[in-house]
Amino acid sequence: MYKVKIYVTLKNSVIDPQGSAAKQTLETMGYKEIEELRIGKYIEITIDESVKNVDEMVNEFCHKLLVNPVVENYRYEIEAGVKQ
Amino acid sequence: MQLKHEPSPEQIKQEKIYKEMNVTDEEFELIQKHLGRLPNYTELGLFSVMWSEHCSYKSSKPVLKKFPTSGPQVLQGPGEGAGIVDIGDNQAVVFKIESHNHPSAVEPFEGAATGVGGILRDIFSMGARPIAVLNSLRFGELTSSRTKYLLGQAVAGIASYGNRIGIPTVGGEVQFDPCYEGNPLVNAMGVGLINHDDIKKGLAHGIGNTVMYVGAKTGRDGIHGATFASVELTEESEEGMAAVQAGDPFLESLLLEACLEVAQSDALVGIQDMGAAGLISSSSEMASKAGTGIEMNLDLVPQREADMTPYEMMLSESQERMLLIVRKGHEQEIIDIFNRYGLEAVAIGQVTDDKILRLTHKGEVVAEVPVDALAKDAPVYHKPSKEPAYFRENQQLEIKVPTIKDYEGTLLDLLKQPTIASKEWIYHQFDSMARTDTIVTPGSDAGVVRIRGTEKALAITTDCNARYIYLDPETGGKIAVAEAARNIVASGAKPLAVTDGLNFGSPDNPEVYWQLEKAADGISEACRSLKTPVISGNVSLYNETDNTAIYPTPIIGMVGLVENLNHVTTQSFKNDGDLIYLLGETKPEFGGSELQKLMDGKIYGRAPSIDLDVEVQNQKQILQAIQQGLITSAHDVSEGGVAVALVECLIDTPFGAKIELDGEAVTALFSESQSRFILTVKKEHQAEIEKLTNAKLIGLVTDTPKLTINVNKETIIDLTTKQLQEAWKGAIPCLLK
Amino acid sequence: MKFAVLVFPGTNGHLDMYHAVKDKLGEEVEFVQHDTKNLDEYEAILIPGGSSYGDYLRAGAIARQTPIMKEVARVAKEGKPILGIGNGFQILLEAGLLPGAMLQNKSLKFTCQTVQIVVHNNDTIFSRQYTNGEVIDLPIAHSVGNYYCDEKTLQELKNNNQIVFTYNGTNPNGSIENIAGITNKQGNVLGIMPHPERAVDKRLGSNDGLKLFKSIVQQWREANAVKA
Repeated sequence: MYKVKIYVTLKNSVIDPQGSAAKQTLETMGYKEIEELRIGKYIEITIDESVKNVDEMVNEFCHKLLVNPVVENYRYEIEAGVKQ
Repeated sequence: MQLKHEPSPEQIKQEKIYKEMNVTDEEFELIQKHLGRLPNYTELGLFSVMWSEHCSYKSSKPVLKKFPTSGPQVLQGPGEGAGIVDIGDNQAVVFKIESHNHPSAVEPFEGAATGVGGILRDIFSMGARPIAVLNSLRFGELTSSRTKYLLGQAVAGIASYGNRIGIPTVGGEVQFDPCYEGNPLVNAMGVGLINHDDIKKGLAHGIGNTVMYVGAKTGRDGIHGATFASVELTEESEEGMAAVQAGDPFLESLLLEACLEVAQSDALVGIQDMGAAGLISSSSEMASKAGTGIEMNLDLVPQREADMTPYEMMLSESQERMLLIVRKGHEQEIIDIFNRYGLEAVAIGQVTDDKILRLTHKGEVVAEVPVDALAKDAPVYHKPSKEPAYFRENQQLEIKVPTIKDYEGTLLDLLKQPTIASKEWIYHQFDSMARTDTIVTPGSDAGVVRIRGTEKALAITTDCNARYIYLDPETGGKIAVAEAARNIVASGAKPLAVTDGLNFGSPDNPEVYWQLEKAADGISEACRSLKTPVISGNVSLYNETDNTAIYPTPIIGMVGLVENLNHVTTQSFKNDGDLIYLLGETKPEFGGSELQKLMDGKIYGRAPSIDLDVEVQNQKQILQAIQQGLITSAHDVSEGGVAVALVECLIDTPFGAKIELDGEAVTALFSESQSRFILTVKKEHQAEIEKLTNAKLIGLVTDTPKLTINVNKETIIDLTTKQLQEAWKGAIPCLLK
Repeated sequence: MKFAVLVFPGTNGHLDMYHAVKDKLGEEVEFVQHDTKNLDEYEAILIPGGSSYGDYLRAGAIARQTPIMKEVARVAKEGKPILGIGNGFQILLEAGLLPGAMLQNKSLKFTCQTVQIVVHNNDTIFSRQYTNGEVIDLPIAHSVGNYYCDEKTLQELKNNNQIVFTYNGTNPNGSIENIAGITNKQGNVLGIMPHPERAVDKRLGSNDGLKLFKSIVQQWREANAVKA
């Protein structure tokens, strides 16, 4: 089957208070070199290998449900031949 | 605990494997006696959790017997999911408090969240609709980053669960003390409403009836949570077992609605939450209480993970699950109801007549244990008790009135003490208004929730000043109950009953056991005087880190009935020109006070004294005056004394106050004498209030937003409401920055 | 006038909404489940607050996929009044019936308190009983109430007078331009983060929310009087 790894991130124009808070904390812990930190989502999906056009399917359900295109971007990787 | 290759019964005995599960040599002997043979690994697991303090109350039972538990208003006392009290018109209020201390110390977000989920299930498993939640929290001083993290996460966890499920958080309290540094306390109280005829109980009646499993699938989470709750925390437990369960408030909201619908069905015989020790406690307790047995086929238990063993399934503490006893032949009705909410209901066994819990797995009997041995007949220990030396030493200390040069500075400093300061940072994270019935939101003496369709309301509070209880457990126990009742009365309600959350150190330490006994004596006496029986509760022992126990902290949750919405009273001053009265006697009492803690950095001496006859009389006077419409505001005088109480009455109002006190100034301002109230009345009611109560006129509400306090005609405090408010509101956000 | 209060699994604000309409407005109101496919019999659609589907994935993202939301989109085009409060606002955004998106509060925390709201535009079917600039007290209770849209959308909102309610003084969630409530271009769909349905009884603190519901009824009465 296919294993699809989807990375959802906030668009650069959108502020990420969670990321800023994490960055600030890391700085107070002494990691002063951190330039930017943004928090996103990672989604893992397995899909039956019989599906013909996985790319199309993934883009479709990302647009319809998994991603809010107003504020989020996404990219994905597909691994074929993954065993259960 | 991955146990694919379980040790044999002989191995368990020879290698004393039972010790790993906190089963003692004597208890292992007793198990053999009950079974007439050696237990296998699964059976040993069942005993170990069912005989843990959390499930069996084996060390606390003799103490719990002290509590008065009956009264004309009590419909259900301790022993079920929650207690029930009559409020008239065929309605009743269901409530209980429960601790989630150990999970919250390890994983504060999920620990606190599932604490809320668990207490709500206790309420709706009785057939009641939950209407309010309260939280009683204790943390170390807000100076270490660990404590700040624990507080932030616990609060976020409670918010994420309670807010999502749409039950308002209407009150609670938070206190800070170094003794909670390594062992924070997270107690949640749930309150529900029910009609008398809808009350459901956790009983497995009716031979041949079907045992059904509903809700979330079972995973390996929280295995040994109940025994975990019954041991001291060590460095290792933070790393160690995966003992913390994760919650799913969405699933719970579906489960809640489905269970309330099922409760209306004649097909339902009994229902119990799979809380601590999950499937084993719910099944064996329901059977033991009903005098029956239960047989379950574990292959039928819905499982979230592969290859789960019987041991794991029985001990799992996966959340959002319920066990139902259903009339034989009516299973489909139940299945249909749950399916409509998108939930599974599965028949996994039946009620038997042999009083045995029998488990089968893959065609084999894997456990066969008398249910009473697990539940009713669990061992009870009368632990040795010893008065600690510190108690006598403190009792013998002379009363010392602190010397103060700067009264204004001291008042401002007191207002900034985290235990006194505004808790807005915390309670603004809780949805206090969901269901639009909350008349008094957090911040006043008690939360007040109206009962829709009536002119009545419930006042709800939690309280416990553990410093007093540490110094003098018996007196402190009385004070905890009296103060809770004072909060209820000041809100315009008549106190009904109590739920207690007993948080203590290790009962194996005779001095801790003495604290437990004495505190229970004090609580019992006050409950008798105030006619508020204990109808439910929870015991959390072994709250220690590195052999240091927390202060004894028996949290009192109390519910009162407001007979008419017009009686609802808050602490805030209402009108310019109202007269301010003080009811109750002020004595030089500073043992365990905020002032002592502030000035000396520690507590010592005698806790404030309390005369329960005076307490009863003062509460009666306040409630009568409120019911006669004489009182415009009422506030209990507690931590920080009269000066702090006056400031609290001014917060978020446009008013000020001019106060005339006499006697010794430090005592008049900051003593923590008990049984006192601040109240205001309109001028035209002066004669009436003075006739009805012993309250003493001490001042006037003014339209100048400033607090002026004269003692013996000399002005010693003159601060604007704004200055006071900034100190009080700013303290916790500033500490958390 | 007959109101529909939509109910999704996990929704918990539906009771508040129901009582506001029934007890305080004295109008007809019914709960309508998420799998319903027709809303013709209702004159106004209310989408309540409170964690549909547990707010999982993104608040409102799952609810917008239900059959009833297709129907809501259809009747929205017809011009029926549609009011989304809290989670209801989030659902309307996810469904694309209102422009923009909702982000986590700037504080990263849930916040529940009564705040001051300014009526920015009283020329809508939801706000006509208020006066412009009127400051009202409404409770808020959310953790994802930080309204966001891009510059272009913001300009459009302003040009079309779609910003109806704004926060007065302290902005509790960091929303762009202090936005608390907006309509669609047509003006028949309102999303609002504060809870007017929780402000309909003085005894609970404020009844400033009542005028919003009364505005809807007034509009409907007048429209129907003309027809009759």
